[in-house]
Amino acid sequence: MSTQSVVETVDLTKAYNGTTVVNKLNLHIEEGEIFGFLGPNGAGKTTTILMLLGLTEPTSGVARIYGYNSTREPLKVKRISGYVPEKVGFYEDLTAHHNLAYTARLNGLPEKLVRKRVGESLDVVGLSEMAERKVGQFSAGMKQRLAIADILVKAPKVAFLDEPTSGIDPRGINRILDLIARIARERRMTVVLSSHQLYQVQRICSHVGILAKGQMVVEGPLDKLGREAFGGGQFRIEVQLTEVTSDVIDGIKRIDGVVSVERSGDSLLISCLQDLRPQIAKAIVEANGLLVQMRIQSYALEDIYMKYSGDA
Amino acid sequence: MQGLITVFWKELADDFTRWRFVILFALVFGVAVFAIYMDAQYIREAVTETRFVFLQLYTASGQALPLFIFFFTFFMPIIGVTLGFDAINGEKSSGTLSRLLSQPIYRDAVINGKFLAGVITIAIMLVSVVLLVAGVGLRMIGIPPSSEEAVRLIAFLFVSIIYGAFWLGLAVLFSVFFRRVATSALASIAVWLLFIFMFAFPFFAQLSGQLGLTIMRISPITLFWEVATVLLIPGARTLGQMAQASAIPSSALSAGQSLLIIWPHLISLLALTTICFAISYVKFMREEIRST
Repeated sequence: MSTQSVVETVDLTKAYNGTTVVNKLNLHIEEGEIFGFLGPNGAGKTTTILMLLGLTEPTSGVARIYGYNSTREPLKVKRISGYVPEKVGFYEDLTAHHNLAYTARLNGLPEKLVRKRVGESLDVVGLSEMAERKVGQFSAGMKQRLAIADILVKAPKVAFLDEPTSGIDPRGINRILDLIARIARERRMTVVLSSHQLYQVQRICSHVGILAKGQMVVEGPLDKLGREAFGGGQFRIEVQLTEVTSDVIDGIKRIDGVVSVERSGDSLLISCLQDLRPQIAKAIVEANGLLVQMRIQSYALEDIYMKYSGDA
Repeated sequence: MQGLITVFWKELADDFTRWRFVILFALVFGVAVFAIYMDAQYIREAVTETRFVFLQLYTASGQALPLFIFFFTFFMPIIGVTLGFDAINGEKSSGTLSRLLSQPIYRDAVINGKFLAGVITIAIMLVSVVLLVAGVGLRMIGIPPSSEEAVRLIAFLFVSIIYGAFWLGLAVLFSVFFRRVATSALASIAVWLLFIFMFAFPFFAQLSGQLGLTIMRISPITLFWEVATVLLIPGARTLGQMAQASAIPSSALSAGQSLLIIWPHLISLLALTTICFAISYVKFMREEIRST
């Protein structure tokens, strides 16, 4: 099948002792996407990833990766997907090289290839010089990069990164994110990245899904998301005047495309179908109003995110 | 299979490079050297009494308790527990388990590989100790073991490995059930102490005859003690009391007869080991990997 999704879930549900953690989740992720899986803590992100990898059995519903059923064919799924758990750990008394070589062997890589592949992977994440150091001496950021090298060793088609930026300093975060973006691009790897920190995801993701209380509330390409989620495709423009008169309000209301005008103090909140800032400015001037400032509210993902994570 | 072999080699390498292994090996070799030292003092008088000279290397100590058997009985649990107490929960707490299980291997490869590596480590340790004593002893007394003695020694080694495997299995069992490494270690030690207590204060043995003995033989320590005694002291035929055994030194049993006596013990030990491992296996296989 050529139109097959990389990741697909159908009514995926997981309940622990009666508490529904993931509720009828339907997810589609296409090849080459960097999918940001957002949601507050406890929204069910990790559980969803675990079900996708066949590490946890769903209560009902199906999870598929490249068409393989995660519950019934976990080995096939694990062969093509890499996973970095949230609190990723390594054998601290082994060297970085040994840790990755273990992964390589577990993936059935022939012995000749192990050293080469491990070397390459460490190179990509910039840890080649640390190859013979014990992982116990690594910082959190280095461990996270090592974890990314760890999935590169198996050369997966899709990678699941659970909170790859937690517990890392800001510079380290940028470094990790750039690394992820670069690898996804260069290796044509589909990446699913979970996070509760929106601005990070915004930076590198092409698609986002926001999960709250086990349900997907918003999903789609990052650039389209904002307006769809709020106000049915409307723009909101905020105008501040020295004095609000009824002439001004009437003038604005007469403009084609203005849906509503709300007054609050000395400013007006205008909903309209297009970006009507020039027309509004003109109307204000014509009604002898004095314009102080005008601002268009773009719906940042953050607004959506805050709205839903606030509920949770 | 690939996964099992990989896990096995990795765990074996781990077992051999950890500090705990070095300490254990030092302990075991210390015991062996001590046993040989005791032998050297008493073997001359012992030799005149028996035709099983070579086995005397392991049992002669001038004490009521044969030193070698005593140490095997009480320290083997420590070895088994040390090798296994953090097998599963250690990987959980260090965050390596979920990474390991996301690799394309069957889940049982992890627990099987770990258990197998532990058993092999125990086997290597025991075989080398027994051989060490044999080698030093051979130089000391210059009498090679008879085929019968060899059979007894090999049987003893085999049972010792199973006995070690039981404690390893128990430790792995706790490491599957308890989240914290300290808890699982303590639980294993607690079981060890309980069985030692049962052995040292045999109030059950005073119950009417067979019943008391049966209860005593739930304990692997009792089982192993009896097996080791019967195998290494050919004169022993009645189980339970050491005194009786040494009272009739001339009437030694053949190796076959001794094996016949301990056969049920051997089966019990194997069964206990299997039960421990089976429970941990099932629990581990069914366990869900959860967030947090």
